[in-house]
Amino acid sequence: MGESLLSVRDFSVVYDVDPPVEAVTNVNIDLRRGEILGLAGESGCGKTTLAYGVQRLLKAPAVITSGSVVFHDSSGEDIEINALDPEDMRRFRWDKISMVFQGAMNSLNPVATIGSQLEDVFEVHRPTHTKAQRRTAVGELLEIVKVGAQRYRSFPHELSGGMRQRVMIAMALALRPQLMVMDEPTTALDVLVQREILRQISALRHEFGFSVIFITHDLPLLLEISDRIAIMRDGEIVELDTAEQIWTNPQDDYTKSLLASFPRLTGEKGLVSR
Amino acid sequence: MSLLEFDAVTKIYSVRGAGQIKALDDVSFTLKSGHTTGLVGQSGSGKSTIAKILTQLETPTTGEVRLGGKPIPRRGKGLRSYRQQLRMVFQDPFASLNPYHSIGYHIQRPLQLDNVVPKEQLDDEVRRLLGRVHLEPNTVIDRRPHELSGGQRQRVAIARALASRPQFLVADEPVSMLDVSIRLGVLNLLADLQREEGLGVLYITHDLATARHFSDEIIVLNQGRVVERGAADDVILRPQNPYTQRLRAASPDPDRHFGSATGILGGTQ
Repeated sequence: MGESLLSVRDFSVVYDVDPPVEAVTNVNIDLRRGEILGLAGESGCGKTTLAYGVQRLLKAPAVITSGSVVFHDSSGEDIEINALDPEDMRRFRWDKISMVFQGAMNSLNPVATIGSQLEDVFEVHRPTHTKAQRRTAVGELLEIVKVGAQRYRSFPHELSGGMRQRVMIAMALALRPQLMVMDEPTTALDVLVQREILRQISALRHEFGFSVIFITHDLPLLLEISDRIAIMRDGEIVELDTAEQIWTNPQDDYTKSLLASFPRLTGEKGLVSR
Repeated sequence: MSLLEFDAVTKIYSVRGAGQIKALDDVSFTLKSGHTTGLVGQSGSGKSTIAKILTQLETPTTGEVRLGGKPIPRRGKGLRSYRQQLRMVFQDPFASLNPYHSIGYHIQRPLQLDNVVPKEQLDDEVRRLLGRVHLEPNTVIDRRPHELSGGQRQRVAIARALASRPQFLVADEPVSMLDVSIRLGVLNLLADLQREEGLGVLYITHDLATARHFSDEIIVLNQGRVVERGAADDVILRPQNPYTQRLRAASPDPDRHFGSATGILGGTQ
């Protein structure tokens, strides 16, 4: 578990508007191979900007003003993400790092079948595959996420929210990436569906060994599923530690106040701070 | 004490192509002034149908709603005076305020419509209500909704609901769209108002943790049926019904995960 997968050093992003907004400031993270790192913080704290930034998904006016992001590939090669040229970046993306977007339920194309949308991934990234190979791969993916290969020709509106979310996870899983970034992947789902999806993410991680950066403001959820948690505020990581440390022995005052803003399901009552 | 009775209500929707859907099946409960009742269940369980029937946006197929023992009038002045007694706080503070109108106007309208105070006291009453929800009247009264944060907007929505001096408040997921750090503030505000004004509150949510902390009694709804009800702690800590047990098991619970009563939040704070 100790092996590093992604090293983020002194990473800063500024939105170049008037006045400029420092969205992410001097962030350092070492993501280990196979771990789930939770990234928590309130709206506007920079967690999505950070997650997009390390994959170079940001558009103007966002500017990466400092720092480096190094991806330690399973082949042993170290890839400096900021130094990749556009074509290498295109190949790198989704192959090594994939993403489940916020509001993923609505990021599917409504006028294309889910099978054809999943095939697109292989068409672009595995151009040597035959059509039959693509079909088989997509069918397998739909089985892995328990949507079922028979839904190949379904359109997104014919699926429930939870199933659409699974299709998005299948898409992110398609090329067996080493890192999956998930931005609020279960926020719009109700608790029972959310729990099923989380179980599945956890099972897939054990099967395929990828790392996860899991972004959400739901701290109780992160505490259960993460190996380590980074707490972000105003663009900075104020605390990064194991989930257990964050829960039992938080150091930063902001972490403490975030923890205190969730009433406890089963713990002692009346600990709601005022 | 005032009672709002929801008595043996069944609601059937006819959907073209899908036949009849029983959204509520023989649901009964009573809201009491000065008490908070939590209503929990997953999406599609019928929570919002109950809110719609309580506000008479929908009428029950069978069964009835009674306030102080009297059935709710279907129209006219009677319905208006019922609605004056029962107000809603909606989920989305970005959608429930009119972007075109000032904050002051939002509060003033229900005061005028229901003749709550004489004309010359309107302005004072608006300011008093804004103060009740901890907003500084001078800074917000002339602003438009887009100039306020989500939490401030939800406070405006609460002040508006309080304007007609209702006895009952239906809060349908009032904090789920707000930032985590301010959710508790808004819930605490609702709890304080509930106590101070003796309101009867129906707190609709799928968040079991806040339901437990802010409700006296909890009703669990599954597919239009009440599957469990009781004192908040009994229902959440010792659920009897398998569905409630599933809901509880699915809710994040660091106490269960790490073992309870540990650390800073473990009881001494």
